[in-house]
Amino acid sequence: MDAILLQILNGLDKGSAYALIALGLTLIFGTLGVVNFAHGALFMIGAFCAVTLNKVFALSSITIDPTKTDFLGKPLQVKTPYLEKWFGDAGLAIMDWSVPLAIIVSIPIMMLIGYVMERGLIRHFYKRPHADQILVTFGLAIVLQEIIKAFYGANPIQTPAPSTFVGTLDIGVYLGFAQDAITYPYWRLVYFAFACLVIFAVFAFLRFTTFGMVVRAGMADRETVGLLGININKKFTIMFALAACVAGVAGVMYTPINSPNYHMGMDFLVLSFVVVVVGGMGSLPGAVLAGFLLGILESIASMNVVKQFFETIFIPSIDQIVIYLVAVIVLLVRPRGLLGHKGMMED
Amino acid sequence: MNNSKYSDSALLLFFIIMVVAGPFLLAPFGGSYPDLLQKFAIFGIFAIGFNILFGLTGYLSFGHAVFLGVGSYGAVWMFKLLSYNVLPALVVAVVVAGFFSVVIGYISLRRSGIYFSILTLAFAQMMFNVAYSVATPITNGETGLQIYNDDPQWLQGADSPLTTNLFGLKMNEVFWRPEFLGFEAQFNVGYYFCAFFLIIAFYLALRITRSPFGMMLRAIKTNQNRLNFTGVSTRPYMLAAFVISGMYAGLAGGLWACMDPLAGAERMQWTASGEVVLMTILGGAGTMLGPVLGAGFIKYFEAIFSKINDQVLHSWFAFMPDGMENVMVAIVHPFVGKGWHLTLGLLFMMIVIFLPGGLIGGLTSLGRVLTGRGRKSKG
Repeated sequence: MDAILLQILNGLDKGSAYALIALGLTLIFGTLGVVNFAHGALFMIGAFCAVTLNKVFALSSITIDPTKTDFLGKPLQVKTPYLEKWFGDAGLAIMDWSVPLAIIVSIPIMMLIGYVMERGLIRHFYKRPHADQILVTFGLAIVLQEIIKAFYGANPIQTPAPSTFVGTLDIGVYLGFAQDAITYPYWRLVYFAFACLVIFAVFAFLRFTTFGMVVRAGMADRETVGLLGININKKFTIMFALAACVAGVAGVMYTPINSPNYHMGMDFLVLSFVVVVVGGMGSLPGAVLAGFLLGILESIASMNVVKQFFETIFIPSIDQIVIYLVAVIVLLVRPRGLLGHKGMMED
Repeated sequence: MNNSKYSDSALLLFFIIMVVAGPFLLAPFGGSYPDLLQKFAIFGIFAIGFNILFGLTGYLSFGHAVFLGVGSYGAVWMFKLLSYNVLPALVVAVVVAGFFSVVIGYISLRRSGIYFSILTLAFAQMMFNVAYSVATPITNGETGLQIYNDDPQWLQGADSPLTTNLFGLKMNEVFWRPEFLGFEAQFNVGYYFCAFFLIIAFYLALRITRSPFGMMLRAIKTNQNRLNFTGVSTRPYMLAAFVISGMYAGLAGGLWACMDPLAGAERMQWTASGEVVLMTILGGAGTMLGPVLGAGFIKYFEAIFSKINDQVLHSWFAFMPDGMENVMVAIVHPFVGKGWHLTLGLLFMMIVIFLPGGLIGGLTSLGRVLTGRGRKSKG
C-alpha cells in the first residue's frame, strides 16, 4: 500500500509538468487550431530563464587574498557575489531564491516570445495545411534549441532549489505509516502545488472573466464571435502568449528537479502530445487529467512488482513504453480521447 | 502534369548519368570525403521512399526512422548469423522493415491528419525505447549491435573477406583513384552498390507515381472524403503506400549496415525521422528529384559545414582588416561547426514559409520566369 502511494506521489511531479505543457498545447490548439511543435522549446526557454537569473545573481567580484594560497601555491582568489557585497544577508537570500524569483522574470519574457511567435510566424499559417504548421513549428523548435545550445553549451546546468526546500518530507508519518516509509522531496511538493495553482488560475481566468468568456465563445465558434464585432484574433494572440507563459513557468520551476539541457524540450514534447491526444484534442480538463494520470501510470509501471508481472507475460521494462501503449490503445478505442468532444478530429 | 513517356525516360537517363558520374562531379566539392557519397545514396533511397508516402498522399509520418533502424538491425543480425555477404542482409532488412510497417501502418492509418502524425510519433518513440532498453538481448541496447569474433556466422567461408562483401567484392574497396581537375576522385565499390539500388529505387518510384495506383494516392491527397463518397475504400491504398515507403526505409537501413556493420538505437529516434522530413521538404515534396536532392544537400552540408572551425573562418576573411575579420568570424561562428543544425533549422523554416515546393519547386518557377513560358512543372 505504502509503495503504491509513494509511486503515485512520484508520478505527481512529472505529471504536473506533462499537465502544464499539455494545457498550453491544448489552449493553442483549441483557440488557433495550430499544432505547435515548438511548445517543448518554450518549456526549455523557461527553464533557461531560471538558469540565466541564477548566473546573473552569481556574478562575483574577485579579490585576491595575499595571506592565503590555493592548492597551486598562488594567492587565493576570493569570489564575492555582488549581491552579497551590496545587500549582505538579504543578497544571499535573493541568490538562494533565484528559481522562484525567475518566475517573475520569465513571465514578461515568455509573453513577449509568445506574442512575437504568433504575430510573426504562426499567423501566416492559419490557412495552410496542418502538415505545414507542424513543419514550420518543428523548424522553429530546432532553431530555438540550437540557439540555447550555442549560448549555454550542451551539458545540463544544475540550478538548485532554495535551501528551505532541500531535503525530504516524511509524509508517511502523517498518514499512519512507519517512519521513512514514504518520503518525498519538498521541492516536488512545491512543484505540484504550483502546477495546481497555475492550472486553477488558467481555468478561473477562462471561466470568470469577460475576456475568458469571449475566448471560450471563440473556441466554440470563431466566425460568429467575429461577426459580433469582436476582434477575436487579438484575443487569440494573447491566449498564445498566455500558453507560452504556462510552458515557461513550468520550465522555470522544473529546473531543480532535473538539470536543464538544450534538448529537454524535445524530450517533453512527444510525451505532451501523447498526453494531449489521450486527454482529448481541444479539451483543457482532459489535458490536465491525462497529464496527471499518465505521470502516475509511468511511475507505477516502474515498480518492481509491476515490472516482474509484465516480464512473466514477455513484456520487459514496461515502464519505458507504457505511456505510448496507452496512447495507441486510447486512439484506437476512443479516438476522441478521455474528455474530448464528439467529432473532434475523429476522421 | 507532363506525363509523356519521353520526358520520363529523359529524367531517368539524367538521373542515372548524375548518379554514375557522382564521384567525378563531386570530387571538386569534397566528394572524396569518406562515406559521403554512400550517405547520399542511402538517404536518397530513404527520402524517395518517404516521398511516396508524404509527397503523394500528404500523410506526414514522424516515425519513418523506425523502419530504417529495424532494417539496420535485421542486416547486422544476418551478418552475425550467416556471413558478411550483403545480399541476405538486404533481403532481411527489407522484409523486417516491411513487417514492421504493416503493423504500425495498419494501426496508424486508422486516423488521418494530425492524429496520424502523432500516432507515428508515439510509435517512433516507443520503438526507440524498445531498441534502447527493452529489447536489449536483440538490439544490444545502448552500445548498439555489432559483430563480435565469437558470432556463429554459419555460412562464412574460410577464405571470404572479413568485411561486408558481395561474393568477395569488398564494400569498402576503392577500385580507381583518378585525378580530376586537380582533385582526387574516388571510385568506391560501396558507392556503386548503393547507387545501383538508388537507381532502381528511383525507377520504381517513377513507375509508382505514373501508375493508376499513384494517381489514386494523389487523389487521396486532394480529397479523401470525395473518394470515400464515390465508394472507394482508401485504406488499402494508404497501407500499400505506407508499406512501400517503409520497405524503402528498410533498404536504406540495410545498405547503411552494409557500409558500416553497426546498428544503434539513435537511428530510430524521432528527431531522426524529422531529418528525413527535412530532406523531403527541402528538396521538394511530391517531385521526383526533390527528395534525392534534399538528402544530398543535407548530408553534404552536414559533412562540410560541421568541419568548418574558427581557423578556417579566419582564413576566409583574412582579406579584411583585422577588426572586421574578427567581427565577421564572430557573426558566422554560431552557424557553422557544431552550430550547423541552427543553419539547417533556419533554412528549413525559410523553405516552408517561402518555398513550399522546395528547391525543385523554386527552380522550376525560376525557370518559368526566365523563359517566360507558363509550362507546368514536372511531377
